Amino acid sequence: MQIPVVRNILEANTNVADTLKTFFAQKGILVLNLMSSPGAGKTTLLERTLTDLRNELRMAVIEGDLQTDNDARRVAATGAQAVQINTEGGCHLTASQVQEALKSIDLTGLDILFVENVGNLVCPAEFDVGEDFKVALLSVAEGDDKPEKYPLLFHISAVMLLNKIDLLPYVDFDMDKASRHARTLNADISLFPVSARTSEGLTAWYDWLREKVRAKRA
Amino acid sequence: MHELSIAQSLLALIEDEMAKHDNKRLVTVKVKHGRLSAVVPEALAMAFEVMTTDTRLAGAQLVMEESPVVLRCRTCGREFSPESPSAAFAPCPGCGEELGHTVLSGRELYIEYLELE
Repeated sequence: MQIPVVRNILEANTNVADTLKTFFAQKGILVLNLMSSPGAGKTTLLERTLTDLRNELRMAVIEGDLQTDNDARRVAATGAQAVQINTEGGCHLTASQVQEALKSIDLTGLDILFVENVGNLVCPAEFDVGEDFKVALLSVAEGDDKPEKYPLLFHISAVMLLNKIDLLPYVDFDMDKASRHARTLNADISLFPVSARTSEGLTAWYDWLREKVRAKRA
Repeated sequence: MHELSIAQSLLALIEDEMAKHDNKRLVTVKVKHGRLSAVVPEALAMAFEVMTTDTRLAGAQLVMEESPVVLRCRTCGREFSPESPSAAFAPCPGCGEELGHTVLSGRELYIEYLELE
């Protein structure tokens, strides 16, 4: 006999993520799920952001990493709280892992919780971790065809940071092409060309963060 | 390889549904996955097979069907299915609008039915 089911296969993860969203809403904490390929500059962007905004915002980071705690140590060096989740080879973070990591974070007065996902443009896109917004980071050295090749990630992200623009003179990266492809399925995506290394363009990213923190508190 | 996590979630749902139906034997499970969902069917099939070996689900068939991406143009409202495999750059065939299409379907990932006996 055939039993019609029609259940979302990832409903268990979605349920935990929904619980987290309610919790973060009560606390007024802005949660951002930061996703990119390995080496696009997620950790450098966070180091810079945590340092530049540390006098005005309280921020913490959950670090997803396959094996090491290198990133968590780099982030902790800025003075922000950092918790490491080792996925032991797992290619993405799940809502339950974030829920578990929260036990190790002092949430008092926290403004922003960054979740630095495992470096990967495919798998993390399917798993909500309770965030308000997904933030996609793409470095110009990776090529302007990434939004076209990985449409889901750019479709569901509120922000696309184009990092390493200090390398633009040395690579063939068409900014217009990358942004047009990202906006095909996501007209409202906010685009910020930045260099986390030289700080170029970071002001617009910081303004976006401030605005979203204010909205979350309201 | 998040197909392993997907297979794990799939098995939990199957067990849950089987328990509601006197734990009859699973013959087939039908999964629908949208073209925009990040699922590689071969990888999911492999994960399903590995994870059901030596369980009461061993031998059950996993049938997958891909559903197309359907977009609605924000300018003229036309609904269309882009032919390009990525769907990330798909001008509207009606008016040529390139940006801001609404995704009507293509992101889904769900169990459609179970066949039990």
